[in-house]
Formats: sequence, C-alpha cells, structure tokens
Amino acid sequence: MSLHPMIAALRKHKSGVVLIAMQIALTLAIVCNAVFIIYSRVEKVNRPTGMDESNLILVSQQWVGAPSGDDPASIQKLDELQREDIEALRAMPDVVSVTPSNSLPLLDSSWNGSVATKPGSDLIKGDARSTYYFGDENFLKTLGLQLVAGRNFTAGDVTNKGFRDPAEPSLVMVTKELADKLFPQGAVGKAMYLDGGTKPTTIVGVVARLQVPSNGTWASTFVWNSTIEPLRLNANYSRYAVRTKPGRMDAVMHAIPGALYGVNPMRVLDDDSVKSFGAIRADAYRADIGMAALMGVVCLILLAVTAAGIVGLTSFWVGQRHRQIGVRRALGARKIDIRHYFQLENLLIAGGGAVVGIALAIGLNRALIQYFEMTTMPFWYVLVGLATVLVLGQLAVLVPAMRAANVPPVVATRTV
Amino acid sequence: MSMFVYYLGLGWRSLRRNPVLTALMVMAIAFGVAASMITWSVFRVVSGNPIPWKSSQLYNVQIDNRGPQYNEPGNEPPDALNYTDAVALMQAHKAPHQTMLYDIAPSVLPQNANDLPSTTTGYATTADFFTMFDVPFKYGSPWTNADDDGHAAVAVISDALNQRLFGGANSVGRDVTLDMHAYRIVGVTEHWDPKPRYYDAYDNMEFANPAQVYISVNRAVDIHVGMAGRNNCGGAPAHFSNDEQWLHRECAWIPFWAELPTQADAERYKEFLTAYSAEQQQAGRFQWAPNVRLRNVTEWLDHEKVVPAESRISLFVSIGFFIICLVNTIGLLLAKFMRRSSEIGVRRALGATRREVYAQFLMEAATVGLAGGVLGLLLTIVGMQGIGLLFEPDVARLAHLDMSLLLTTLIVAVLATVIAAFYPTWRAAQVQPAWQLKSN
Repeated sequence: MSLHPMIAALRKHKSGVVLIAMQIALTLAIVCNAVFIIYSRVEKVNRPTGMDESNLILVSQQWVGAPSGDDPASIQKLDELQREDIEALRAMPDVVSVTPSNSLPLLDSSWNGSVATKPGSDLIKGDARSTYYFGDENFLKTLGLQLVAGRNFTAGDVTNKGFRDPAEPSLVMVTKELADKLFPQGAVGKAMYLDGGTKPTTIVGVVARLQVPSNGTWASTFVWNSTIEPLRLNANYSRYAVRTKPGRMDAVMHAIPGALYGVNPMRVLDDDSVKSFGAIRADAYRADIGMAALMGVVCLILLAVTAAGIVGLTSFWVGQRHRQIGVRRALGARKIDIRHYFQLENLLIAGGGAVVGIALAIGLNRALIQYFEMTTMPFWYVLVGLATVLVLGQLAVLVPAMRAANVPPVVATRTV
Repeated sequence: MSMFVYYLGLGWRSLRRNPVLTALMVMAIAFGVAASMITWSVFRVVSGNPIPWKSSQLYNVQIDNRGPQYNEPGNEPPDALNYTDAVALMQAHKAPHQTMLYDIAPSVLPQNANDLPSTTTGYATTADFFTMFDVPFKYGSPWTNADDDGHAAVAVISDALNQRLFGGANSVGRDVTLDMHAYRIVGVTEHWDPKPRYYDAYDNMEFANPAQVYISVNRAVDIHVGMAGRNNCGGAPAHFSNDEQWLHRECAWIPFWAELPTQADAERYKEFLTAYSAEQQQAGRFQWAPNVRLRNVTEWLDHEKVVPAESRISLFVSIGFFIICLVNTIGLLLAKFMRRSSEIGVRRALGATRREVYAQFLMEAATVGLAGGVLGLLLTIVGMQGIGLLFEPDVARLAHLDMSLLLTTLIVAVLATVIAAFYPTWRAAQVQPAWQLKSN
C-alpha cells in the first residue's frame, strides 16, 4: 500500500492527528519515567539489610530518675540498670538471644563517624565514613549476621561506657565492604583509627553485610560501612534487640513490657517501644512503596485514557469517511485493506508521536535528575515505553478499524 | 440569562446523546483533577510559609567551625552551631532578639502517683524564643531574660501537656517534674504547631508532633538535660575527656536564630558574624577564613530541602497526568463537536452568530467539566483516605480535606475543561453554513 494517499489524508485533519500524537508523546514520556521510578524504589526496598529479619524485635525505653552525670558511680548505676533488663529479657520464655544495641538498620537513628588506617588522620568526608553499632557478644547471633572472617566478640571483650565518653574500643568487627575498602589484603588483625583518634583499634572479625541505620540520601555514600563495637552504651535510655523462636514473636512482644516493668517500674515504655523489625522496615520504606504504587496507578490510568482518546478520535474519522470507505470498497478494496489502512494510519501517527515522546522522556529524566536526585534512566526503558505505546495504539484502533471494514460498498451509491 | 439556561439544557441533552464518549471525557477529567488535588493537598502544607508576617525578619545563623574539608559542596558550613559559638553570639547581643535551642525528650512524672511516667518532646531554649516565633500563650507568659541569666528552673508547657497533667486548669506557678527535676511552670501555650517547623528543620522535626515542653537552656546545660536531636560532627575528629569539653566540642547541634527587622540590620549582622569568625581565626581556633551564612525563613526552608522529594515528584507527575487528560478531552470534544457540523450549519443559517455558537459549545464543555469535577471530588475524598500509603505518617496526617480544597477541585475541573474546549469550539464556529446545507 502506498503511503502517499494516507499522508495526504492525514493533512486534512491535522488537529486530530496532532492531538493523538501529543497524547502518545506525553504518555510515553511519563510512563517510562514512572516505570523507572517504580523500578528504582523496588530495588531500594528489596536490598537485604544483612540481618535475618524475621523473629526480630527492637525494644527502646527510657528510665525515669536515672543518674545523668558522667561520674563513674552514675555510669555504673546506668550499666546495672541495663544489665538487669538484658537478664530479664534473656530469661523470658521463647527468647533465643538478646543484645544491647544503639540502633538497627533502617531505624534512622545513628552514630556515624569516619575510620582510617593511620592515626590522627585529617579525615575527609567520604574517605571511609562508617556507622557505629554498639552491642555485646550476642550481637551477631541476635541480628543473624554472617561472620565471614576472624572471630566474634567474647563476653570478655565487652565493656561499658557513658555515652559522652570518647574512649575508643580496643577491638571491633567491621562489614566486608568497609574491610575491603580499608584493607584489600585482609582486615583481620589489622589496626584502624576511629574518628581521627590516635589509639589503634584491632579488627577481630568481618561480617558479610550490615546496612547503616539511616535511609536518607546523605548516607547513601556509606550504606554498607558499619563498625561494630563490643560495648554497652550507658545513657538514661537504652535499646535491646531480641530474637525469638519462630512463630513466637507476637507473644514475646506482648510480654516484654510486663517483664521490664517487673524489673523496674521507673521507666517510660510507650506504643513504639516494642517494635518488630517488620514494622521498622515498613516505616522506613513507606514513602518508597507509596511512590511506586502511585506511579503504577498513574501509568495504568494514563494508558487507559490514551487508549480511550484514540478510540474516540478514530471512531470520529471513520464516521467522517463513511462514504469514502464505501467508494473504496465499491472500487474493489477488500475489508482487510480498509482495516489495514486505519491500522497503518495509527502506526504512522503513534510513531510520529513516539519520536517526540522519546525526546520528552529523556528530557523528563534529566529534569528528575536535576531536581529530585534520580539516576539516569537506561535507554531500554524508553524502548519498552515505545513498544508499549505502539501496541496500545494498535489495540485501541482495532475496534474502529473493524467497524470501518464493515462499511458496505453500497454506501457509495447513497447520497446521504 | 435565559440563553444561559437554554445552552445548559442543550449541553445536558448533548451529553446524553453519546454516553460513552461523554463518560470517557468525564472520567479522564475526574481522574486527572483528583490525582492533582490529592498530591496538591500534601504539597500546599509541606511547602507553606509557616510565619508569613515575619519570615523575612527571622534569620538562621551558620558559622564554619570545622574547616572547609568537612563542609558540604559549595563550602557550605554546618547547618547548626556548636555550644561555644551559640553562647558567644547570645552574649554579644548584636540583634534585637536572638535564641538558641536544642531538642530534649525528658520523661514527665504524672501528678497522680498511680499513673505511669511518659515521654515528652520539646526544647531547651531562651526567653526570646517565644517573642521571636510569636508563640501564643493561654496562661502566664514566657520566662524572662533574667530567668535565663539566673539559670532558673522554669518551664513553659503546651496546652496538650497541661491537659494531660492538670486537666486543662491554669497551672502557672505549679511544678512539673521532668527527668526527676522540678521546674516551675511560668506559662502554658495555646495549641501552637507551625508547619513546617522551620526553627528546627536542622533536626528533621519539620513535620513532627508539636513540642510539649520548653525549659531554659542555661539550666538544662547545668543539670545535663540530654540532647535528643541531631549531633553532626561531620566526620571531623571530636575529642573530649570531660563534660566541659563535650559541651564545647566542634560538632553542630544548636540551631541559632536572630531577629533582624530590616535588610540593613541583616547586613550589619552578617558583618558582625564575619568579624566574630575572624576573631576566632586570630585566636587560632579557626584555621580558615570566615565562612558564615545568614538565611531568612524561606531561604532556610529551601536550603534544608524541607519539601519531601516524594511530594514534589508526585505533584509533578499528577499535573503531567492531568495535562494528558486535557489533551485527550480536546480530541474527544473536537470529535463530538465536529460530528454536529450539520446542526451548527442549520443554526448558523437560521441566524445564530458565531458568538452564540461559542457560548453554546463552551457551555456544553463546562457541563462536562462540572460532571468531571463532581466525580473528581468523590475520587479526591476517597483518595485522601489512602494518603497514608504514599507519604510518611508525619506528612500524611497534615493533609486534610477542607472547603477550599473541594472548591478548588470543582473550579479547576470546570476551568481546565473550558480552556480545553477553546480550540474545538473555535473549529465548530468556523463551520460554513452554506457548505453544510448544500452537502446535505
């Protein structure tokens, strides 16, 4: 079939052609960017934290009337309170393991600093930033971390200090990511220096993976750089991670406030004090999941609206050209020729719109990068978007094209 | 007026003639306007100016106390001060009003000994905080500068905390026990919850629950009231071996605000900050040239990127979506109007002017827009229930339906549809009566 008469015909109704092409272009631009946003968010949400996340509970609480000084007596009193709590939690039925912990991945409450291979380093941001976790010999077991080199902390390694006390630990465990960055030849047994200090800290163990607590973009340069110190941090508040037997988490969560009040009623436990890790994860990623859902819904409605627009306008054209179709049929065109005519016409319009749409899609991605810290969209998203709008156009044009094909040749002989 | 009603009637009848096409248009407009309105309801809260009458007179102060190698790109100094600088600026008293603050989260003992203690959040700050930020008082008043100077154990509590502890009675003069320390209540605020909470954007508290308690910062430091906010040492070495050193560590943790009524005052204040930094450089504390920032409320909110990216992207996408819906409406209206070329021809031949054709078809479009708006309204109401799925709970709970949102929905739907109808209507008015009559 020659394209020439078709193009000549399209010129007759420029406005309709431009409207459909525009709609296709905008749809293509928005749909492939939206799908890319969905993909980015889903990828972010699916990152494993490095922990065994099931049957894990975090308890956060605050003592009332606990000492606030930094003198040794106050610190020892705070440590006693903390050890009493840990013992009480360990003694609970169905509890597998308990560790004090200043935070957990995705909790968005973190201690961060920088680590270096040399003493007194003038630390520069991004060099080797790290988050600090403070836990005891049960930290690994409770969080379900995987030790890949060296050894775990022993009970003898674990010390305690006030939270304003700057003393550096003599030994730590680090994540593989941080270990590889500092000591590509193997980190176990090596000394590193925390926060520009001059006292060496020996790396005794390396864990496969442990995400930092912060979910914000500012922490995106060191998401896997974690340092674990064998330490109970003493303040007027404390956190404990608790691992329960499978299937017993809810029961343990329910029993924890009673157990802690039993040890010492002078404390604050509120609605958020006992939280499953699942709830922490849900809170951390709520916005990301919501965003993905919104984009998904927008895409679906958008495709439906665009299809409806094509159906509407093509039907109008079919109506307008009722007689011409009849004439063509009378002159020997088969039904399939008529159908192909409208399908090819749609392909031309959609193709033209899609070319503009590709440019728009790339432009929109640029704008998102500039204003919203998005990343560059791989080109194949655009290709998938292109295929989607072309297929959508063909599906939408099918019904009006069939109707056109069913116009009887006899129409040519009627005046109206 | 009678023509107006007549055209409305014509429009209504025309809509019923091809229900599928009409339904398509109405739904497209409804979805477009609902998506835009739902995202807008969030955006208008998070991007609002929390103190429009004073936002150009309140300035956040930044001083580089760590050196260029620890700064953000653009040699941007830390977003808050350390204790040393905050106290020095307070004592210099170069602005008519100034205040420093830090986050606290003390436990509070209930008045009834049988109840369990609970947590509160609030600020350790100075007397000027209340005048600078226009905090409304229900009972009593702020504490005085003399109270600050005297390190007095005084507190201001919120209406909500007053309700919880004292059943809403005037509690001025009574004691409140925070972390086992007693404070004399000097004032009870009205419900006060500016959004975003500009003065504490540093601690990411922009959309947090309202503060419940305020105590004098000098007293708080004396008795070690713990800091519950963000402490950013930015990777810089921070060493200290006693409490005094801990307090003066070179980390950022104290937001500092100055009230400067005129532009000239602001310039003078910035000169003062530069001179102060130069002094510190001469004294050997800073090994770098003065690097200070002074930002008013709107500049500060902008700098802190207070509007969540989610909110802006979703508004952006929703508006794009609405535009596509409108393009779609243009196409469908064009099809609908042009199908009635012969009817237009007859009307024109019988003496209708172009202007009357315009009026008729714009009216018809407005009817479609109104129908779309009403359906959009329903979708908006339904969608607002699901807003918690999309945004952080802090932000989601701010979005609410009100009369202005409902009205905006309707007006936007009708206006947008009428604007979309301009081109199809123009085409309809161009119909040549003679040609239409002849061809029939």
